[in-house]
Amino acid sequence: MADHLLEVRDLSVRFHTVNGMVNAVNGISWHLDRGETLAILGESGSGKSVSASAIMNLIDMPPGEITSGEILFDGMDLLKASEEDRRRLNGKRISMIFQDPLGHLNPVYPVGWQIAETAMAHGRSKTEAYERALQLMERVGIPNAKDSMGKYPHEFSGGQRQRLMIAMALVLKPDILIADEPTTALDVTVQAEVLSLLEELQEETGMGLLLITHDLGVVAESADRAVVMEGGRIVESGTPRELYHNAQHPYTRKLLAAAPGKGEMRDGTQREAPILEVRGLKKNYGQFHALKDANFDLYAGETLAVVGESGSGKSTIARLMLRLEEASGGTVAWKGEDILTKSPKEMGKLRRQLQMVFQDPTQSLNPHMSVYDIISEAWVIHPDILPKAKWRGRVEELLEQVGLQPEHALRYPHQFSGGQRQRIAIARALALEPDLIICDEAVSALDVSIQAQVIALLGELRDRLGIAFIFIAHDLPVVRDFADRVLVMKRGEIVEQGAVRQIFEDPKQGYTQRLLAAGLDSDPDVQAERRRARLALAGA
Amino acid sequence: MKKMLGKRALSSFVSLMVLIVLVFFLSRLTGDPAALYLPVDASEAMRENFREIHGLNDPVLVQFGRYLSDLAQLDFGDSLRKARPAIDVVLESFVWTLQLALITMALVTVAAIIVGSIAAFNVGRPFDRFASVLSLIGASAPDFWIAIVGIVLFSVNFGWLPTSGTGTVWHWILPICVLFIRPFGLILQIVRGSMINALGSPYVKTARAKGVKNRPVIFVHTLRNAMLPVITVIGDQAAALLNGAVVVETIFGFPGVGKLMIDSILQRDFNVILAAIMVTAIAIFIMNILIDIAYALLDPRIRA
Repeated sequence: MADHLLEVRDLSVRFHTVNGMVNAVNGISWHLDRGETLAILGESGSGKSVSASAIMNLIDMPPGEITSGEILFDGMDLLKASEEDRRRLNGKRISMIFQDPLGHLNPVYPVGWQIAETAMAHGRSKTEAYERALQLMERVGIPNAKDSMGKYPHEFSGGQRQRLMIAMALVLKPDILIADEPTTALDVTVQAEVLSLLEELQEETGMGLLLITHDLGVVAESADRAVVMEGGRIVESGTPRELYHNAQHPYTRKLLAAAPGKGEMRDGTQREAPILEVRGLKKNYGQFHALKDANFDLYAGETLAVVGESGSGKSTIARLMLRLEEASGGTVAWKGEDILTKSPKEMGKLRRQLQMVFQDPTQSLNPHMSVYDIISEAWVIHPDILPKAKWRGRVEELLEQVGLQPEHALRYPHQFSGGQRQRIAIARALALEPDLIICDEAVSALDVSIQAQVIALLGELRDRLGIAFIFIAHDLPVVRDFADRVLVMKRGEIVEQGAVRQIFEDPKQGYTQRLLAAGLDSDPDVQAERRRARLALAGA
Repeated sequence: MKKMLGKRALSSFVSLMVLIVLVFFLSRLTGDPAALYLPVDASEAMRENFREIHGLNDPVLVQFGRYLSDLAQLDFGDSLRKARPAIDVVLESFVWTLQLALITMALVTVAAIIVGSIAAFNVGRPFDRFASVLSLIGASAPDFWIAIVGIVLFSVNFGWLPTSGTGTVWHWILPICVLFIRPFGLILQIVRGSMINALGSPYVKTARAKGVKNRPVIFVHTLRNAMLPVITVIGDQAAALLNGAVVVETIFGFPGVGKLMIDSILQRDFNVILAAIMVTAIAIFIMNILIDIAYALLDPRIRA
């Protein structure tokens, strides 16, 4: 028996679902040693989190069932151990943190208590537990740790909450930390900070780190080794550099090819008069200035990206332009006429030209309407576009245009995957033959390979139909491949705007530089360089 | 918190005033009390005199003005039927209703939380199915029918329990049982759903990953979160009972505020109707405040 700290051998797990038996993972094996970082890389549904849940005894049985395999920790097979023995390991020797720290922290208890609870659950005295909780909160960089102990999860920012989760997991200095998509919900700059923190803590304690992620950049930044999962199987494994430069399996190659930020940058469209001129646009919520004095233009057929971290005001711009919310000041001239002063009736007509695609198609498509109804509803509202006799044919045409089948018209949104749903949302927007489509984080929730397909689709539509896009995103690499021009926003202000090449190759503002340096690249060598740049900027 | 209390009090005061206006004028439409309180052969002069004494001869608006100015001095007027201050009559009945409501809701809450939680731990198993059917029947069965069946069975056929009135503990059993059924059915459903939700929540997963024992996972992490939606429903149901379980109180001859209201309307005892409505409205206001406070105690996100 090889003595790895943690070894998963030939693990198979299946779930009983309404659609019958689903094999979540199929005979997977991997191992993790002290001081090492192993990444499990995969898209949604690949089964990348299942082995972690099996290690932590978090699989509900039923519906789950472990059909074969063993999980050896320190020579003991966890799957044969008693519930009580496994409970004693959880939190003490093996800990776990999750993607969504707000949901994973109990909303009704103070965070200090929640951190101390890990120690108390394993027999530490209350005083000792609270002392350790305080030490760790200081260590993970929570400001005013002592006072913060009495605060509740909702009183912290997303990055701080993940730090608190880390503190909670590390109270008893575990041998292994499992991090399941620990930075996916965080802004890029915060993501970089949290990953560095994990790395520092790993150096201090020598723990083994299992990093579950969909993000090649995270692998390049943090992992020593990685396994790639698809459809419940491990298709390939190796060091990040091996995987990046010498991928053997077609799936790994597909993932690498889909990673954004590697394509040609666009050099803009030829310009006539702008179709959209935004001047002095602002929005206040009481004393809070969500958007301060935004000025920008958009030309016909141009793609303008709006990037920034959460709370920077990028979605506010879209909502104000479409009058989903009323602006506190400024003008939005669309083809020379101010949108903000239109009457509701005039606005109704204008909306035809300005369409929006939202982040979450599951929520933005009415689940009780068939795809045909969803798309043709636009023509019910704007009857002059198309006579009713032609609706069916046009719906089928639009579905084909976004890469779906004509017969999909009769199905309902829940019968589609996330990427397909976003295509339906795009077809719905196209039904009105708009001049401008605003995409608000339209590809952020999609898997990398699906994201690449949707971006390709949008690019094709842009070239063929000459539609202008305002593309709101927090993900810089996607923007790099798709946009003509970029606005960089920070705390309600546009700090920099310019052609995509200028922003990415010669950013003028410190904030833009930091934002770019914090982004993760899937090439480990590029990433190592970027990391040096990031540290230099942080030191400056 | 203080600001919220003030806002609540103000909005409650406004709705109370609207209610008083409505009830005052609507109740006058039910007819002339003189026709009811005097013998059938009373002379017109006697009727006139009765109306004069009780101020019923003045224009309705004048009567209303007088009522408001008395009310401002906390004078609710006298009961026509009992010739005593209306507020005394109302408070006497209200105490009965309050006891009935409190006992019933206490039993409902405890029972619904226990049965609902057990059902949630056994989703899909026989106990859960049984509890769901039980709660569906409970929430949809008409209480007047259950009350009558109860009387027929336990009082008439078996002779175990008294049919109506108060006096001994036995008198309370049937009304409490009948009032218990509907809120129990409703709250049981909410507890079950809310518990299932909380048990599947990410923070319970975290607690298990921390190695917290089963018992604290359920009683510390799950139950408190699961109680949040339940509290609101408990408040609604308690309000319905405080409002006077009119039908049940009438059937069982229970001297609560619901029966008093019905009697007063039938007897055109205007002052008692108005006083009863104000007392129950204030009671419901106080109860809503208590619910809000309980909610804030359980959920720090509300406190801010």
